[in-house]
Amino acid sequence: MTYRIFGILAFLIFAPLLGGLLSGLDRKISARMQGRIGPSILQPFYDVRKLLSKQFIIVNPAQIFLVISFLATVIVTGGMFFGGSDILLCFFLLSTGATFLIFAACITNSPYSNLGASRELLQMMCYEPAVLLACIGFYLATGSFNVSDIIQADLPAIIKTPGFFVAFVFILTIKLRKSPFDLSTSHHPHQELVKGITTDMGAKTLALYEIAEWYEHVFLMGFVGLFFVCKNPWSYVVAVVAILATYFLEILIDNTSARVKWLTMFKLAWGVTLLIAGVNLIILMVLA
Amino acid sequence: MGNVKRSPWLLHYDGSSCNGCDIEVLACLTPVYDAERFGIINTGDPMQADIFLITGGINKANQAVVKQLYDQMPRPKVVVAVGVCACTGGVFKECYNIIGGADTTIPVDIYVPGCAARPQAIIDGIVKAIDLWQAKADKMENVQKELNKLDKLEEKEKK
Ligand code: SF4
Repeated sequence: MTYRIFGILAFLIFAPLLGGLLSGLDRKISARMQGRIGPSILQPFYDVRKLLSKQFIIVNPAQIFLVISFLATVIVTGGMFFGGSDILLCFFLLSTGATFLIFAACITNSPYSNLGASRELLQMMCYEPAVLLACIGFYLATGSFNVSDIIQADLPAIIKTPGFFVAFVFILTIKLRKSPFDLSTSHHPHQELVKGITTDMGAKTLALYEIAEWYEHVFLMGFVGLFFVCKNPWSYVVAVVAILATYFLEILIDNTSARVKWLTMFKLAWGVTLLIAGVNLIILMVLA
Repeated sequence: MGNVKRSPWLLHYDGSSCNGCDIEVLACLTPVYDAERFGIINTGDPMQADIFLITGGINKANQAVVKQLYDQMPRPKVVVAVGVCACTGGVFKECYNIIGGADTTIPVDIYVPGCAARPQAIIDGIVKAIDLWQAKADKMENVQKELNKLDKLEEKEKK
């Protein structure tokens, strides 16, 4: 029990710090890849502090409520995960959070925001199967959906679930809204959808959205790490290395690819999921 | 909230510019000048922007747009007119449709001259704008503090 409370508290306090640092690292590495010096690693914190100090602009009173709900659900999701709870439940809750975000983008009048919202729905459709399969993979490999049981396994789950891992890392690009799958919100301006779902958010609302994203990223990276964790304490070191390698891979993909159309994204995501995770699933079922 | 200086986000709007100045503005973001090392982001979104870079003069068609963009920006905000067109109307000043520089429609804080304005001059203008923006932010904070004090006084009087 104490372990659970410790996990939840650690997530609440350290996730925004870690998430902000990850995002700062992302910007720094991206800049280096493009031959630029790039901003400081602490830049995301500066940005959020500034956004919070700006005038409060309300486009629609419900918007701020929905963004706060998004933030709250993401925090609860991560808290449950690091508290050792059920991974299926975590992802169901995360989908609820994503729905809040889509509503927050829908209720404004901006066509860019609405476009971002409908594309975010498409993105959800693309990544959900892989997420669900990854959870099932954990169940087949360790016999439980609970994080607290999965980390007590004798061998890390990745040995039995490499296919699920590949599929999950593939859809992670969609989940992190990175190029080539940054359909719903673009990181770069002057594109056809401005900033997509966040277009109509005022400065203060955007700050909350950024913080929610930090929490979400830490949760997702935690899930990547879960593939590598087992009873052996050294496996945690492996997990951290795997997380950093995965994140670096995401940055590399982000910087070397251009955005694709939604149908390509759909075919690729479902193709990879069904082929790689599916084959892994069949093998596990036959072996079991 | 103290120091905001480290993350100025730009909104770049092309008035009736010939595109010369716009190309120079975008050149500032290339690896050669790398404006992002100052934390500068060229956001396309007025509601999240701090510094309004406007190129080209104001004409009858874009006047309302410029005004709306300015109004949508949350305080504190700074306007930088880039290129002589945005400063005064420039070579197009006498055209039948041109009203004049950006300051005919919105309050301009910094003027960056040049036809086209060079990236160095634009970055210089932005750096000046950042200082002004910080000063405005400090002022805003002070005003807010005074207002809070007044609120408290009024509450006391009510009691
Ligand atoms: S100042 Fe010169 S380069 Fe700039 S928009 Fe006007 S005419 Fe074009």
